[in-house]
Amino acid sequence: MRRLRHWGPGLLLLSPSLILLAVFVYGLIAWTTKVSVSDEHTALGSKGFVGLDNYTNLFTNDIQDRFVHSLKNLAVFTVVFLVGAMFFGLLWAFILERGVRAEGFFRTVYLFPMAVSFVASGVVWRWLMNPNMDDNAGGLNAVFVAMHLDFLQSAWWTNPTWGMASMAIPAVWQLSGYVMALFLAGFRGIPHELREAAAMDGASTYRLYRNVIFPQLTPVALSALIIIGHMSMKMFDLIMSVSGPQWLTEVPAIYVWQSLLTSDYAKAAAISIVLLLLVAIVIVPYLIYTNRVEKNS
Amino acid sequence: MTAVIAPPSSLETVVAKRKSSFGPGSIIKYALALLFLIIVLMPMYVLIVTSFKAGSDIGVTSQWNLPAHWTVASWDKAWTALRPAFLRTFELAIPVAVISSVIGAANGFVLSRWRFPGADLVFTLILFGMFIPYQAVMIPLRDIVTTIGIPPGIPTLVFVHCVYGIPICTLIFRNYYATTVPEELVEAARVDGAGLLRTFAWIILPISIPGFVVTIIWQFTSAWNDYLFAIFLSNTRNGPITIALNALAGAQSPDYAASMAGALITSLPTLLVYVLLGRWFIGGLMAGSVKS
Repeated sequence: MRRLRHWGPGLLLLSPSLILLAVFVYGLIAWTTKVSVSDEHTALGSKGFVGLDNYTNLFTNDIQDRFVHSLKNLAVFTVVFLVGAMFFGLLWAFILERGVRAEGFFRTVYLFPMAVSFVASGVVWRWLMNPNMDDNAGGLNAVFVAMHLDFLQSAWWTNPTWGMASMAIPAVWQLSGYVMALFLAGFRGIPHELREAAAMDGASTYRLYRNVIFPQLTPVALSALIIIGHMSMKMFDLIMSVSGPQWLTEVPAIYVWQSLLTSDYAKAAAISIVLLLLVAIVIVPYLIYTNRVEKNS
Repeated sequence: MTAVIAPPSSLETVVAKRKSSFGPGSIIKYALALLFLIIVLMPMYVLIVTSFKAGSDIGVTSQWNLPAHWTVASWDKAWTALRPAFLRTFELAIPVAVISSVIGAANGFVLSRWRFPGADLVFTLILFGMFIPYQAVMIPLRDIVTTIGIPPGIPTLVFVHCVYGIPICTLIFRNYYATTVPEELVEAARVDGAGLLRTFAWIILPISIPGFVVTIIWQFTSAWNDYLFAIFLSNTRNGPITIALNALAGAQSPDYAASMAGALITSLPTLLVYVLLGRWFIGGLMAGSVKS
């Protein structure tokens, strides 16, 4: 009874949210899972149980290996997005951390793409990544021609092999500033005494960064990787806006949408659950890890 | 998960204190900083320049040129096409920002003070909700919002953004309270006989403004910029601006100048929020990182 009086009011305040999340996150995931093991392939909706057939079909029996193709696209996109955003984010943070005049101005400009929606930025990136070349070149290709770097011209996302790497360029443009902000906060978190102690020991600037500062940034780098990584796996808006739904640039998130348009609910559900599992593999260990770190501190 | 939210001014002081000296290293530094500045602004240049063009002035090969004749005709056209959705999106983003923030504050307060058994697990389960790909809930979600009778379009979107915004807002406030509200304050209220609700309403809420600024900006921006929920749960007649912009820009032979003007109109509110409240915006970004 005393315990109830102690925890009761708090739980009461928390309970509406807990119920909503139980229903709308976990309940609906369960529901989607149920659809994914049914044969609901049309709007008519028969609900027979087919086990894992929809999943195995995705991997082994999809027309032109469409699902595997979308996973490959996602992999290429994610690698370029992660490497690009981490590289520029760290580089920009490093430049600003070294101290530049009007640092606030640079920071604001580097970060501003974050405030723009993918749908809006997709409008201009579609134009910048125009595949026309040489005399007809526009967008980035025109810049390369003007700089006499013609060999850098690209078909961008219309290239069947590496198109998805180009698709990651707008994503890198949009999120590098965010990674920069995370790293700047990381630099800030390093105690001054640490730098001073290293300086007293006569450490060179290179050694100071190599041995003292960068190791301190590991947790921030991990956070950034996780956030960018899970955003990448869910990527939908950007691709819809730049290329629209089409074979060349299809990723699982878009495949779900395309399947729903043809009322293939079971397939859409199965793809969604695979996507969820992909995200969970990354996120769950991360959440457990942060929980443990917090408890130890 | 401590100290996630940076006090608003802290980033300013990261580097400002250090003196920059001029040498070969610093020339490279400034050259790089400027180069990246130009690269980041390049798409903005194309957007602005193109939006003031019309007719034959618009073309792929002349993309980088300034307009031969400056005109606002394309802005006019884009505004006419986007206006209803633009106004609707305020009806979406403002309630979402306010409601999710209040919910987040209540949850964050409870989770930061009441270490009930299993609190860590509950918190982790809440957090997981912000990482899920929403496709995994979308199929039944469409049915369920209809079944429980929420009107389609903006009201439905307000509801789903509030629900799926609970994790991030709870996280932001939990960290805010854990780091900025002294235990003694809550304890003193308890000694005075104030219950949880009274403590929350009279002691905690008044000192929560920085947390509110962060969640309001965060939720306003994500509701304004959302496309995924919008395309699943609304259409061009009752949906938000991203749907309208995509209809304007995604047509078979889109009017590029009007599309670009439309993209600028679409981005104006969030950019304004960002420029005016940028320091807190960054605080919100930090908060999204779970842990710093």
